[in-house]
Amino acid sequence: MKGQYRMKDMPVTAISFLTTEGNETGDWRSQRPLLDSEKCNRCGLCWMYCPDNAIRPEQDSFKILYTYCKGCGICAKECPRGAISMVTEERK
Amino acid sequence: MDRPTQMKFPIPEEEFVYPGHTACPGCGVVLAMRYALKALGAKTIMVIPPGCSGPISGAFPFSALKIPVLRVAFETTAISASGIRAALEVMGKKEINVLAWGGDGATFDIGLQALSAAAERNDDIIYVCCDNEAYMNTGIQRSSATPKGAWTTTTPGSKDVPKKDIVRIMAAHRVPYIATASVGYPMDLIKKIKKARDTSGTRFILIFTPCPIGWRYSPELTIRVAKLATETGIFPLYEIENGVRYCLNRARSKRPLEEYISLQGRFRNLDEQGLQEIEERVKNNWEYLIRMAGEASSAEKNV
Amino acid sequence: MKEVISSNQAVSNAVRLCRPQVIAAYPITPQSSVVEMIANFCTNGDLQAKFITVESEHSAMAACIAASATGARTFTATSSQGLALMHELLHYASGLRLPIVMANVNRALAAPFNIKADLSDSLSQRDTGWIQFYCESGQEVFDTIIQSYAISEQVLLPVMVNLEGFILSHTYEIVDIPKQKEVDSFLPLAQPRHCLDVEDPVLIGGTTDLYINFRYKLHQAMEAATMACKEIDTQFQRNFDRGYGVIQPYHCEDSDIMIVTAGTIAGTCRAVTDQYRKSGLNIGVLRIRLFRPFPKDQICQVLAGAKKVAVIDRDFSPGCGGVIAQEVKSAIQGLRYPIPVYEYIAGLGGQDVTDDTIKTIINHTNNTQEPEGCTWIGLLR
Repeated sequence: MKGQYRMKDMPVTAISFLTTEGNETGDWRSQRPLLDSEKCNRCGLCWMYCPDNAIRPEQDSFKILYTYCKGCGICAKECPRGAISMVTEERK
Repeated sequence: MDRPTQMKFPIPEEEFVYPGHTACPGCGVVLAMRYALKALGAKTIMVIPPGCSGPISGAFPFSALKIPVLRVAFETTAISASGIRAALEVMGKKEINVLAWGGDGATFDIGLQALSAAAERNDDIIYVCCDNEAYMNTGIQRSSATPKGAWTTTTPGSKDVPKKDIVRIMAAHRVPYIATASVGYPMDLIKKIKKARDTSGTRFILIFTPCPIGWRYSPELTIRVAKLATETGIFPLYEIENGVRYCLNRARSKRPLEEYISLQGRFRNLDEQGLQEIEERVKNNWEYLIRMAGEASSAEKNV
Repeated sequence: MKEVISSNQAVSNAVRLCRPQVIAAYPITPQSSVVEMIANFCTNGDLQAKFITVESEHSAMAACIAASATGARTFTATSSQGLALMHELLHYASGLRLPIVMANVNRALAAPFNIKADLSDSLSQRDTGWIQFYCESGQEVFDTIIQSYAISEQVLLPVMVNLEGFILSHTYEIVDIPKQKEVDSFLPLAQPRHCLDVEDPVLIGGTTDLYINFRYKLHQAMEAATMACKEIDTQFQRNFDRGYGVIQPYHCEDSDIMIVTAGTIAGTCRAVTDQYRKSGLNIGVLRIRLFRPFPKDQICQVLAGAKKVAVIDRDFSPGCGGVIAQEVKSAIQGLRYPIPVYEYIAGLGGQDVTDDTIKTIINHTNNTQEPEGCTWIGLLR
């Protein structure tokens, strides 16, 4: 667990005071989704089916948040236009 | 292509589950959480016992949920929700949903006594059971929700007895509203949770939440597996009011059971006879549901 | 106003005056009339609380935990098997630092079955982080319930008020019941604390590797609780003219043999003490009222002057003897001059502890040079 906490900052029991947004689950994945915006018709199904809130509406399209995407592939599987493809994740 | 397209949101936009949670890739439970909370909104207090939902909800000092959550001891999901409701009532705090969120272990097994008691008292809670058909969080051990023929670590060949029908048990308590739902049909799920929200008394929703790790399928198939369960008739979508008025939401399609079974490694040890038994059971269940719904022919197509 | 009531009625009436908001309880002999009376108060409006008729004691405690976590004042009551069934949740309640008050009517634990007075049920829960009181009269039970709400809401620890089954629960004594407004002015409205609130959402009870730090905080709260119990008792005395302290010494200032015990046995000991003093043997009686946290300092101060200590346990921990004896021995082991502690087990399963029992114990202590382990009183030949 990251972060240095002091005893005096601790509540009397385990009461959470931060969100999980700091946890970058993107480094879990071994494959990543790529969205072809030409094929995308903004139907929103990928956003709806993503278990990890890793697809967000942004302006007038949906965007994949690679910080969180675990690479499960549901979006690619469920896209009715075949606009998302899964490719092997590369690590530097 | 220059056609302007509208952004579509098939379900309510606001999120109540933060990213960065530690659910497995392709997890059905966290999808159910996302959908249920979209239906209920911010004025919701959630009770979470041990099970997959526990770690998913976040370890101290983090929370993955935008609403108040009480982590409770295993058997106590239903009564904890009842306790919260009692406190809210006495404190004059109205219009807050109290959501009990148990897995199949917490609901069918260790917490069944407390759930039955809450239902008998008709306590004003929404009890959601996420059914991934085994004790997944502790490593895929069988529960009474595991179907006959499935592999688990404690039924390494295959489970020798059929799945407990929790919906019939809850119907016997004559609670105001029961529904089955599935992450394969999010809009139907949200509609049912909203219906539950607008009813009072004990409301029970059973949500089918496939588990890639426990059911042995590749994670991208979660929605596919969920839909096939309903289409092949293994997990029918229906509602029950006051334990007696049945409404079937979707007719059984002609898809053969094998399409559902063959996707999952946990049914690897299922032989021809086992498959026939499942078919027999599914058929009997459908006949029962149709009889209870009082219609010999087509069911309502709401999905 | 003075009334002749049983200790169970004292519990219910005290609870009524403390205005709890959520009560969840399951009947068990000899506690059942507590549950019935509270149900009556809720139905006829004397008590504006939500009463959940749960299906087990485990659920009773779970309901109190959840309601308390939502910010409500809560209450439950039980005995022996019910208390044992709650065990995991007793840890849960103290770990979440919830101010719950529970009355426990001490009864023997099965097997074999016995429904009469025995302190093993609550003493075997001594590690659960609950503050524990042991009462010896209906008035004390009544007053301790009221004090317990003040204590629990101040230190954020749950409190267990113990009273012996049948000996207290079903025995009628004079109890002075104050008026509602007198109790209201003693017992403040609960302070705001961490709770489930849609306006300020938090997750309560998450998993943590920082567990040891929360245990330390609980430890600190327990350490501070002895002082809180004393101060609240003093304040209670100012308001109601009755106080008890955390321990009750009787003729200990000049006694050679001190009897240490908890509960109603102390009363019998005091009567026998008077007789012995008349004939020249200096006996004193130390009643332990607050058992958790164990008031080590106060006990050591009193026992330091004794030549011999006799501990009477109406309880038994297999493999180590009487619980109170172990705690006393542990507390006084730091004294400058070691004092021999004679251990007695008596009264288990409600077996009567009479004047003769105490005399046997005193004589045995007096005439035995060295303590010889645990002596059991009242066995068949």
